[in-house]
Amino acid sequence: MNVISNNKWIGQRTIRPDGADKVTGRAAFAADTNMPGMIWGKVLRSPHPHARIKSIDTSKAEALPGVKAVVSARDIVDFPVDKSVMLGIQDMRWMCRNVMAREKALFPGHPIAAVAATTEAIAAHACELIEVDYEVLPWSIEIDDAIRPDAPILHDFLTFEGKPSNIAGKLEVKKGDIEQGFREAEVVIERSFSTRPVHQGYIEPHACLVSVGADNKTTIWSSSQGQFMVRAMTAYLTGIPQSDIRAIPAEIGGGFGGKTIVYLEPLATLLAKKSGRPVKMVMTREEVMRATGPTSGSKSTVKIGAKKDGTIVAAQGTFWLQAGALPGSPIRGAVGCSFSPYDIPHVLAVGFDVLSNRSKVAAYRAPGAPIGAYAVECVLDELAEALRMDPLELRLKNAAKQGTKAAFGPVFPRIGYIETLEAAKAHPHYTAPLGKWQGRGVASGFWFNAGGESSAQVNITEDGNVVVTTGHPDVGGSRAAIANICAELLGIDYKRVSVLIGDTATIGFSNLTGGSRVLFASAIVVTQSTDKIITTLRERAAKIWEIDPEAVKWENGAAHPASPNAGQFEPLTLAELAAKAPVMGGPIGAGVQLNTEGAEGGFGTHICDVEVDPELGIVRVIRYTAVQDVGRAIHPGYVEGQIQGGVAQGIGWALNEEYIYNKSGKVDNPGFLDYRMPVCSDLPMLDTVMVEVPNPKHPQGVKGVGEVPLVPVMAAVANAIHNALGKRFYSLPMSPPVVLEGMEDPEIRQAAE
Amino acid sequence: MTKLHVSTTINGEPVEFLCDPGDTMLDALRGPLGLTGSKEGCASGDCGACSITLDDRLVCSCLMLAVEAEGRDLQTIEGMASGDRLHPLQQKFLEMAALQCGICTSGMLVASDALLRKNPKPSEEEVRFWLAGNLCRCTGYDKIVRAVMETADEMREAAQ
Amino acid sequence: MSELRYLAPHTLDEAIAAFAAAGSAARILAGGTDLLVQMRSGAVKPGLIVDIKKIAEMTAIEQTADGGFRIGAAVPGAVLSEHPRFGRAWPGVLEAVNLIGSTQVQGRASAGGNLCNGSPAGDSVPALVAAGAMVTLQGPNGRREIKVEDIPAGPGRTNLLPGEILVSFTLPPRPKGASDAYLRMIPRTEMDIAVVGVGVNLTIKDGVCTAARVGLGAVAPTVLLVEAAAKALIGSKLDDAALKAAASACSAACRPIDDKRGTIVYRTKVAGVLLKRTVAIAAARAREN
Repeated sequence: MNVISNNKWIGQRTIRPDGADKVTGRAAFAADTNMPGMIWGKVLRSPHPHARIKSIDTSKAEALPGVKAVVSARDIVDFPVDKSVMLGIQDMRWMCRNVMAREKALFPGHPIAAVAATTEAIAAHACELIEVDYEVLPWSIEIDDAIRPDAPILHDFLTFEGKPSNIAGKLEVKKGDIEQGFREAEVVIERSFSTRPVHQGYIEPHACLVSVGADNKTTIWSSSQGQFMVRAMTAYLTGIPQSDIRAIPAEIGGGFGGKTIVYLEPLATLLAKKSGRPVKMVMTREEVMRATGPTSGSKSTVKIGAKKDGTIVAAQGTFWLQAGALPGSPIRGAVGCSFSPYDIPHVLAVGFDVLSNRSKVAAYRAPGAPIGAYAVECVLDELAEALRMDPLELRLKNAAKQGTKAAFGPVFPRIGYIETLEAAKAHPHYTAPLGKWQGRGVASGFWFNAGGESSAQVNITEDGNVVVTTGHPDVGGSRAAIANICAELLGIDYKRVSVLIGDTATIGFSNLTGGSRVLFASAIVVTQSTDKIITTLRERAAKIWEIDPEAVKWENGAAHPASPNAGQFEPLTLAELAAKAPVMGGPIGAGVQLNTEGAEGGFGTHICDVEVDPELGIVRVIRYTAVQDVGRAIHPGYVEGQIQGGVAQGIGWALNEEYIYNKSGKVDNPGFLDYRMPVCSDLPMLDTVMVEVPNPKHPQGVKGVGEVPLVPVMAAVANAIHNALGKRFYSLPMSPPVVLEGMEDPEIRQAAE
Repeated sequence: MTKLHVSTTINGEPVEFLCDPGDTMLDALRGPLGLTGSKEGCASGDCGACSITLDDRLVCSCLMLAVEAEGRDLQTIEGMASGDRLHPLQQKFLEMAALQCGICTSGMLVASDALLRKNPKPSEEEVRFWLAGNLCRCTGYDKIVRAVMETADEMREAAQ
Repeated sequence: MSELRYLAPHTLDEAIAAFAAAGSAARILAGGTDLLVQMRSGAVKPGLIVDIKKIAEMTAIEQTADGGFRIGAAVPGAVLSEHPRFGRAWPGVLEAVNLIGSTQVQGRASAGGNLCNGSPAGDSVPALVAAGAMVTLQGPNGRREIKVEDIPAGPGRTNLLPGEILVSFTLPPRPKGASDAYLRMIPRTEMDIAVVGVGVNLTIKDGVCTAARVGLGAVAPTVLLVEAAAKALIGSKLDDAALKAAASACSAACRPIDDKRGTIVYRTKVAGVLLKRTVAIAAARAREN
């Protein structure tokens, strides 16, 4: 490992640039901005899981005093179903039908129309006055119901194996010859699993404020994971050119993938355009739960074969993921990530994208990967048991390393998976004693990570300080890490570096905050921009000293002669050079726009202890240690924070979170009371171990860290419960009624004695 | 709808505002009063992002009618720092990275402050149960709990 | 969009007059932690809100002449927990009241609201039923006192007469060797609605249980007073056989539903488990008194 250890700011727990505003209530989130003349938008939503929209009569709503505009699907640009128009990973055919129901309402909560009025109450009342003639259709919610031969078909134009089907897609990842692999195996374990849809659970509901001028010039303030995504999708769906739309990223109150698509912005834009007034829209928590996110529910079957010595020779997985009502479940994450921590000669992973009358899924932290890892890592635990091997030893024996070809394509460069396993094995947690009804489980996980488009502008102010502008919304502290990097390169105090997130008019195109790409990509463009500035500064000093720029070095925030041969000069500081800028060549600044490459995958290994209340079926996580190869922790506090946050979400997914549907096909728990995310008293301290194997393809060694920590959690908890009870649960959540029912198993008590 | 006139004290300052009878205190804070530091995450008392104190008692401003503020004394996140001097909890949250997206932070700080006023030396368990009504989806609570306990230690030392 | 009025009278008579006059469109506001949620969701659209917190009797905690307690219907949980003596006499009632919602909700929510909300899962109700608490009601036709267990009529419904307001709870004096406890099952550690709640109030003399009452919540349309469970405990030394019999009585009394919070099977089993655990806590406390 070549960990850089003599840094001044990289690796320091500095104060984040947006921190003071966030602890004093001053930070402006999406719902915090108002405008003169502003009115309020509200959405009418389908009460039905599946219904043909025969007609919509908005006349009574429009006649209500105070109502300024009403829009429905006819106002949204149509993307006909026969031609795909992609924006990133989103298909505009589906986006246009998701923001507003077109031919059919496809889930309860699906937008049917939207109203803008002078008050929220009038807008809500006007929604009640809209008359919709529905032809109610049969519906399905669960995977098994949706793939039955007689299942109600959501979209006739989608076919699978030649017939109209709710299977919207299939993805296969292959390596070697799977049948040959299982012939070589001496021990084979095959199990089936299911998981429920879970919501990202950001505390800030979706919100936006949109102003449209008479010339169509549009300004959008909204909370999203990408202002450029907001601009592009709004442009596509409203017909306003991108150059006329300025999307300003508000502070974002959590996203976790759920704010990588638009819901409200196009509607508010059309309402603002029609009414000539700025329109504000804020979802209620119930709307968030009914109509946004979640991630897929799933069912999967995983089969792994090994030699008696523990060498895994074959692995096969079939993953059925719910897409919701429009195609696009994260099957890529499930099939691509599940087996990637292991060097296995024969792999076959197949994913199916399954439609049903649920809200369209959105990305959620390593989309698809946790679903796959849950199944794979549980089967590995059983395999270790069958082979009488320590579960970490089994993973070590088969661990992917430099040169391993992953089933999804690439050959791994230097990676840190083995280091995470070794660190977990050596951690005191792994050998700490356990009490009665307590158990310990381990699991690993992988996420691709991502690079992609990123832009930065770095400017030196006249007084010799620095303003950095980048284009990715900061969800978890990326501005703090960028300040550390820029200060490190320039050799100045990090407090002299301001980091801002630019809007679509002030910074170059930058892709979404997602995929654990932000710091990886931002650091590259900020580093290159800062390097250009340092070159300029050296040139300026050289000019003043009348020496060659090559003879000037930049150190500790000042230009110095590179060697005694270059001459004897007093150093010129950044402030001095900035002051001289007007007469020495003008303003100092540099920008870089790049399609960044070299984001390498991330690995983590987790240890979880649980305690089970055998009479009530309650499982509590009592100790947790997450080990992760983080590349290089630029700001360790926020790296740990990413890991801890992912673990907490995983514990919720494992134990209590789930979408519960009632008999009429509607979500029965659309709020924080009954959608049970972990509260403070549910969790122990969440220990983290940051293994630093720097990414060789990155100037600071950065790897994405945000997604990996969710991937192993559900399996780690499930394996711990098995260790405590001697019984396995094959479905999530492992909630008290489920666990108590499982306790009926007579072998359990024996096992725990 | 006839507006009601309310006279109250917010963060030590006398304030008057108009509201509808059904408006919540959170509606009034975020609307006419322009105090948007209190956040609406659920409007049902389940997330705590709108936490304020009412006559020194911690409440959710979404579960209180605005008109009930008449003659009372309210404290919001905007009143926590003294001028440009941050409250020790605010400072500690920054130093210990006890916030990520920041949407729960106002409520967490107001609730934590109420705890330390009542119990200057809380155990980890006491902190966790006191803050159980403040949802955070980013941090897993670890750094928040540590920050509150560390602030409590430092405030006790400073008081000696 | 009907007009909503808000009143905060200083006397009970004014409150009752306004409340009765407004009929079914009126709602009483105590802590508001249920009412405001119902208003926000559109489940309730009141025409009049009568805020009772300015009425002294509604927010008072008094020790009665005989050594019992009278608790105003609008006393918030946080205020009750700060009373110097109440929690020593009625630790079970106090822990039940203090389990209603978060710290923030405790700053507002009251036992009166919890009872009048009519939820079979209200945490304070089983403990108050076990305590043998009486409630004072006042309406256009005057005052009356009835047992707590006679208030709930079904989910969301009470036996209060039109225009009647719940004024206070009266808890009897405590004999030596008496104490109580409340336990509930929730999936998380906080912030959930009880899946099952058990209140146990008992008296122990020379090692023998001489009096007992058991309240059981969230397992039937209303909170239940489980007399068969009490009978199984009375006269016993709270030995395993007695506990088992009382637990079976609790499970037998359950008439639960399957819903998003629990299943019939689960609730029925857990009622018995919680009974045993609650008795153990109440008994340990009683032996100290």
